[in-house]
Amino acid sequence: MNRLTEFMLPPAKSTTAESTDALFHFINVTSIILLLGITVAIIYFSWKYRRRSDDDVTPVIAHNSKLEITWSVIPLILVMIVFGWGFTGYINLITPPDDAYEIRVVGKSWLWEFHYETGHVSVNELHVPVNRPVKLIMSSDDVLHSFYIPDYRVKMDVLPNRYTSLWFEATEISESVIYCTEYCGTAHSNMLATAHVHSQEDFETWLESAGSADDDMDPAELGEQLVTRNACNTCHSSDGTRLIGPTFQGLWMAERTMQDGEVVVADENYIRESILEPNARINEGYDPVMPSYAGSLNDRQIDAIIEYIKTLQ
Amino acid sequence: MATNDSTTNVKRLQVRRYKPEENPETHYLNQEKGLWAWLTTVDHKKIGLMYLGAIAFFFFVGGVLALLLRTELLTPARSFMDADVYNQVFTLHGAIMIFFFLIPAGPAVLGNFILPLQLGAKDVAFPRLNLASFYIYVIGAVFTLVAIFTGGVDTGWTFYTPYSATTGGNVMAMTFGVFILGFSSILTGMNFIVTIHKMRAPGITWNKLPLNMWALYATSIIQILATPVLAITLLLLTMERALGIGIFDPALGGDPVLYQHFFWFYSHPAVYIMIVPGFGVISEVISTFSRKIIFGYWAIALSSLAIAFIGFLVWGHHMFTAGQSSLANMVFSFLTFLVGIPTGIKIFNWLATMYKGSIDMKTPMLYAMVFLFLFTLGGFTGIMLGALSVDIHLHDTYYVVAHFHYVMMGGMVMAFLAGLHYWWPKIFGKMYSEFWAKISLGLLFIGFNMTFLPQFVMGAQGMPRRYFNYIDQFQSFHQFSTIGAYVMGVAFVIMAGYMLHSLMKGKPASANPWGSRALEWQTSSPPDLHNFHHTPVVINGPYDYHKPMSEFQLGIATSHNGHGHHDHETVNVPKTEKEQA
Repeated sequence: MNRLTEFMLPPAKSTTAESTDALFHFINVTSIILLLGITVAIIYFSWKYRRRSDDDVTPVIAHNSKLEITWSVIPLILVMIVFGWGFTGYINLITPPDDAYEIRVVGKSWLWEFHYETGHVSVNELHVPVNRPVKLIMSSDDVLHSFYIPDYRVKMDVLPNRYTSLWFEATEISESVIYCTEYCGTAHSNMLATAHVHSQEDFETWLESAGSADDDMDPAELGEQLVTRNACNTCHSSDGTRLIGPTFQGLWMAERTMQDGEVVVADENYIRESILEPNARINEGYDPVMPSYAGSLNDRQIDAIIEYIKTLQ
Repeated sequence: MATNDSTTNVKRLQVRRYKPEENPETHYLNQEKGLWAWLTTVDHKKIGLMYLGAIAFFFFVGGVLALLLRTELLTPARSFMDADVYNQVFTLHGAIMIFFFLIPAGPAVLGNFILPLQLGAKDVAFPRLNLASFYIYVIGAVFTLVAIFTGGVDTGWTFYTPYSATTGGNVMAMTFGVFILGFSSILTGMNFIVTIHKMRAPGITWNKLPLNMWALYATSIIQILATPVLAITLLLLTMERALGIGIFDPALGGDPVLYQHFFWFYSHPAVYIMIVPGFGVISEVISTFSRKIIFGYWAIALSSLAIAFIGFLVWGHHMFTAGQSSLANMVFSFLTFLVGIPTGIKIFNWLATMYKGSIDMKTPMLYAMVFLFLFTLGGFTGIMLGALSVDIHLHDTYYVVAHFHYVMMGGMVMAFLAGLHYWWPKIFGKMYSEFWAKISLGLLFIGFNMTFLPQFVMGAQGMPRRYFNYIDQFQSFHQFSTIGAYVMGVAFVIMAGYMLHSLMKGKPASANPWGSRALEWQTSSPPDLHNFHHTPVVINGPYDYHKPMSEFQLGIATSHNGHGHHDHETVNVPKTEKEQA
């Protein structure tokens, strides 16, 4: 039976996961025992009391108070145990320790932004230290999203008009997948991120060097990295494939027709505007769904992306 | 005062036995002819049949959509449709199955046909209103079809804001269709409540009411109390989209969580609109095929009402991760477990009914057993989802999808099919092939578990719902699930086959092929246009299998057929073998 629970759940990599798993296990075992009992009774009765002739006479058994009280009270006790257990686990899940390390999370269609205390922003990559409570303070820029890390057994909806939060303490240095679990449109299922757990020193090193490593890179090369890192490639291909947004291939200096009929040449200013104010002008045949990158990409980074697009002729 | 004793005000009825006529020449299917007679009929049986045709159509459409979804999910990335198309298909699958199939399947199809017959009435209390509710359903359906063909809808069947307020497509036509549909449901519920109160045949006291009637009564209460909230919610949604009034959209100053409260305040009770009529069918079927008095009549009857009542207070368990307060989460979790108790009581009562019975494993009984197994499994996984800390992990994963399909398809669809096979001889006067019915049921059971058991595992491992793409580790589960869906598809094709064969060339059914004591079996198959040729009189409970059949075939003794006004006619018929109770 332990095997079954292990098979059904992803690896437990947070301090709270174990208690959630224990309850999952308890309910599974209890349910399987009861379900087996009921199933055996159904099969046994239908064989033992099968109709032998059309004149069968059946006894009049309409009540049995003892039996009825038993099968009302025992389930009641069981569900009250489950309720109490689930509730205490939940209280732990929503009560972060006071010294938790805080990270701001912003959900946008369709990417996750992580803002650290240094001002650094990473997209679709959450970096956290191991064995230290981390509290995420989350909000959405557009529709509802939901932040879910199965390995940590934590999930919380991300709303546009208020902050929600969740916390966890990762127990091993590894990577875990992050999903969006509130349906948010076309690329809902691509709104994935990865949680990278580092040792405390590695985490500090990463935080200090994050972003600065970009300085000595070739602009076009940096631009290519930024396109991946910021999840531009969720919606914009670089090989001519039509995704949710127009492809980058052949974009540079091309004449583009907008929804209102205006024809625009895709030069530096047009690309810059499309990144910072994506819905100012919409290409014909596409929907105004791109979130703004104002505040998450600086001017040098935008330059690099433009350089990268120039190479995709 | 001639009929009253001087000491009591009890009215004495002269009764005699009316044996149902076998294979009558004229019955409700041939007493009025032509398409126009069908379209304008106020007969509850024909209206029930028109509903049956409509929901069969929508079940087919919803089923094909489900097979498309499962086929697309064979591979982790795109198989043959785009993400946008996929999103529209899962939205339509959900919306059609819930609003156009599951909600009307219990009350509007089986309820409409059986309710007046089980009460010994000629029709429901408001026959014209009944017809009106069918046409309201049709108008709602037309709006939905318009929405599908004019841009589609990709919001999920829950229409969560602010996504539904901002996305493209024709959300307004869809929500308007569902809005209209709600009135059909409200009218049916009101009609049933009045009918059960006012039109029971002489002798059907509240403790002789068939459990199917108690179930429909509980369902009707939910329908008339909960559905208006859905109507208000969808109206507000439409106002927001059309007029820009900020109610749910934060961009306009609204609150998206408010929408979820409104929506689930209806949609949680709505799952009981779907499943409670199924409970009624299962009580009838298990008692009939065990040929035994039902165990715990009042426990089953009152647990339906308890579920209807507590069901109104648990909507917040859909929102444990939505951002409502932790106090609210605690209260909703607690109340959710309380709904489990009356449901469990029903399961045990049905099992106890089978104990020492004379069990005939005909198709409807097999469906009832499959129901017991699948619904119990669905119920246990519901306990899992009600546990707060575990739900945080499982919410919005395939675990929820699997749970929902176990209670709705494993529960309600199996109960509906149990009822359809049980009453089929009464409805059409024909028998179907037991052999093919059992083959189809076997395939359905295997296919169903193949489809949805892997989804529990996937969900617990973290596979989110409503995903067009998924990570490779889930592929084998998805493929297994898809094969299961195809097996179910084959089972339904076989079912359609033997049902059509039964309609064309089926053997004529006798009035009471299962030897039931219930009142609907004490008239011919198919019944007369006015159900009974006499006014039935009931002296025993509907499950009193220890009493002879003759005691269940009584009617007021008159020389005419009981229709029209004959109040002053003298009655002079000798008493039959049974005195009044």
